[in-house]
Amino acid sequence: MHRPARFAATLAAVAALLVVTACSPTPEGPESKTLKVIYQKSDSFTALDEVLQEAKKEFEAAYGGVTVELQPIQANDDDYGTKLALAQRSEDTAPDVFYEDTFKVRSDVDAGYLLKLDGYLQNWDDWSQFNEGAKAAGRGDDGGIYAVPLGTDTRAIWYNKTVLQKAGILVPWQPTTWDEILDAARKMKAADPTLIPFNMYAGKGTGEGTVMQSFYELLYGTGSTLYDENEKKWVVGSQGFTDSLAFLKTLYDEQLAVTPAEALDSNVWKRVFGEWLPQGKMGATVEGSYTPSFWQKGGIYEWAGYTQDMGVARFPTQKGQAPGGVSMSGGWTLAVGAKSKDPELAFNYLATAVSKKNALAFDINNSQIAVRKDVAAEPSYQAANPFVKDVSELVAVTHYRPATADYPRISTAVQVATESVITGQQSPADAAAEYDRTVEKLVGAAKVLKK
Amino acid sequence: MASPSALPRAGEGGRPRRRPRSAVQRGLRMLPVVPSIVLLLLFLLAPVLWSFYASFTDASLSGRGARDPQWTGLDNYARMLGDSSFPLSAWLTLVFVVASAILGQNLLGLVIALLMTRARGPVSSVVGIAVVASWVLPEIVAAFAAYAWFSKDGTLNQLLAPVGAGGTNWLYSFPLMAIVLANIWRGTAFSMLVYRAALAEVPQDISEAALVDGARGWQRLLFVTVPLIRSSIATNLMLITLQTLAVFTLIWVMTAGGPANASTTLPVLAYQEAFKFGDIGYGTAIASVLILIGVVFGAAYVWLLREKRP
Repeated sequence: MHRPARFAATLAAVAALLVVTACSPTPEGPESKTLKVIYQKSDSFTALDEVLQEAKKEFEAAYGGVTVELQPIQANDDDYGTKLALAQRSEDTAPDVFYEDTFKVRSDVDAGYLLKLDGYLQNWDDWSQFNEGAKAAGRGDDGGIYAVPLGTDTRAIWYNKTVLQKAGILVPWQPTTWDEILDAARKMKAADPTLIPFNMYAGKGTGEGTVMQSFYELLYGTGSTLYDENEKKWVVGSQGFTDSLAFLKTLYDEQLAVTPAEALDSNVWKRVFGEWLPQGKMGATVEGSYTPSFWQKGGIYEWAGYTQDMGVARFPTQKGQAPGGVSMSGGWTLAVGAKSKDPELAFNYLATAVSKKNALAFDINNSQIAVRKDVAAEPSYQAANPFVKDVSELVAVTHYRPATADYPRISTAVQVATESVITGQQSPADAAAEYDRTVEKLVGAAKVLKK
Repeated sequence: MASPSALPRAGEGGRPRRRPRSAVQRGLRMLPVVPSIVLLLLFLLAPVLWSFYASFTDASLSGRGARDPQWTGLDNYARMLGDSSFPLSAWLTLVFVVASAILGQNLLGLVIALLMTRARGPVSSVVGIAVVASWVLPEIVAAFAAYAWFSKDGTLNQLLAPVGAGGTNWLYSFPLMAIVLANIWRGTAFSMLVYRAALAEVPQDISEAALVDGARGWQRLLFVTVPLIRSSIATNLMLITLQTLAVFTLIWVMTAGGPANASTTLPVLAYQEAFKFGDIGYGTAIASVLILIGVVFGAAYVWLLREKRP
């Protein structure tokens, strides 16, 4: 009867192996605690990693016996969101502190991933330093605060002064209507046909970039909107939507933007920052206030000349109507996991990470717009790059995405509409009608508003 | 030269006669496979069952469906019917499987295997290595290689440029054709290996007898060789069909399903729904349909195999 015994032993070994691998984070003693921090890191985004490493040092020195376990996720924004959500689903993998996109806050609060922070914020002196607009970014549907903002951003036209000057356009350049953009772009094309005069993202390849850095600048400048905040309904059938698509069609049809094939490549932005703008092959593009972070010292596409060569302009409204400009804002926050075993400790780490010193380092390295008043007042912040003042002023004309749970799907429907138009599959009117049908299907007829 | 299989097999008939065994002994004989069965149940069947269950709920990655998924019955399946991307995706999957597996890999594999039986040693091994090389590559590496071949500044266009035919963006203008060719390139080795083994088993004397009777080359292939390797053909078809139905990495790396869903097969669609939009319920419903399609194909092959056996 040797064999059964051996098999029993094998089985036991397999079982033991399973058990061991299943709970690899070894149980801590009463004295040693571990905080798990999940955040995003990529070759073009290390500013947060640096800040969290710094905060880990400070925190572990201040709280003996506590280990901060940093778990960076190497991914783009979309994949980061997915991986984070998957980690949240099990108590074993759920983080204590994590990096959260503002537009996902509400739906993740709904999902029960975020801990309400009101009780901790009351006793935290630094909270009064955060400006009111930024505080709202972390608010859930119940009015409670669930996340603390790290920084915010705005979007603007970034143009290469030398390219514009060669085409005979006066700098500083500030278009006041859509037509002025087209005029300038046509002039540039006439001066140098190999040029990409004015790029705006389109299609599903660039994901949120397509809507945040392109379509919404158009749509919100027509007087129309994506979502009616008062009625809590999605807007369909607006002339502004069709006009915005038509503008993109003109840009792409007249070859004023990149080719449709290039636009659908999810890495097109790397060429915008890394090749086309620095090499003077592109006139202008619509991009975020974080743009200098790619070019400044230590950025992935270091380009010392950007401070002289580049200029920034407000994106105009369609016909120059008030308020004379459009911008979009997003931004990221830190939040405490609802499944955290020691929420107080987790919050304290969060507070360390967004302290004045660390927030200042993050805002400068990542070219963020400060959300802390004391950081905004720092001379080193204001002097971080020549464009801090310009992009900060855009907060006055900025818009936020509707932070609803169904937003990501609506956003994709918009991206699909832009893709159909620039690839010539549908006319702007047809693509807009298709968008209307998709939205109605997604949210139900009761939640759409015809305008 | 007679093929090895034509000779009587050594050991056959020389095996000691089996003694009757008790039920206990037979049970003990099963013990070694118990761990693997347990692992299979745990890591293969359990996720399939869970995915099937989730397809009847509104489970999601965020929002209310993440906290407390509700049973929604057949809603997800009903939604597929009204969703324009699902029929397109199912059709693309079918085209992809038929073109790249059933026709491409299968026929090309058979042709190469047939030619290799006639080729001289060195030629045969060079061809064998060339074909198997693509199969040995990890899927992600093969996918990048295919991307590098078809992309706008890729190898194919550089080769075409001297004859003035460069500049086509294959992944953008002909996405389905690009992934079909890539999958044929990657998967033909498997069919080739299966058919080489099968052809080695075909007794030479039958073929020779047919030759004496005046059968031509193609007649011998169609009426002698093919019927003899029929079961290998069915097995091969079943395996490559299931394999191709599940291809994800190759497509994701090359086209990510685009442009405008023109290469979104069902696995890509299921992934997008479940992980890009966080709609686990709908994504798993698509995955369940994919499993059903696999079962239908599998059943068809099994049936074909049985039907034609004498």
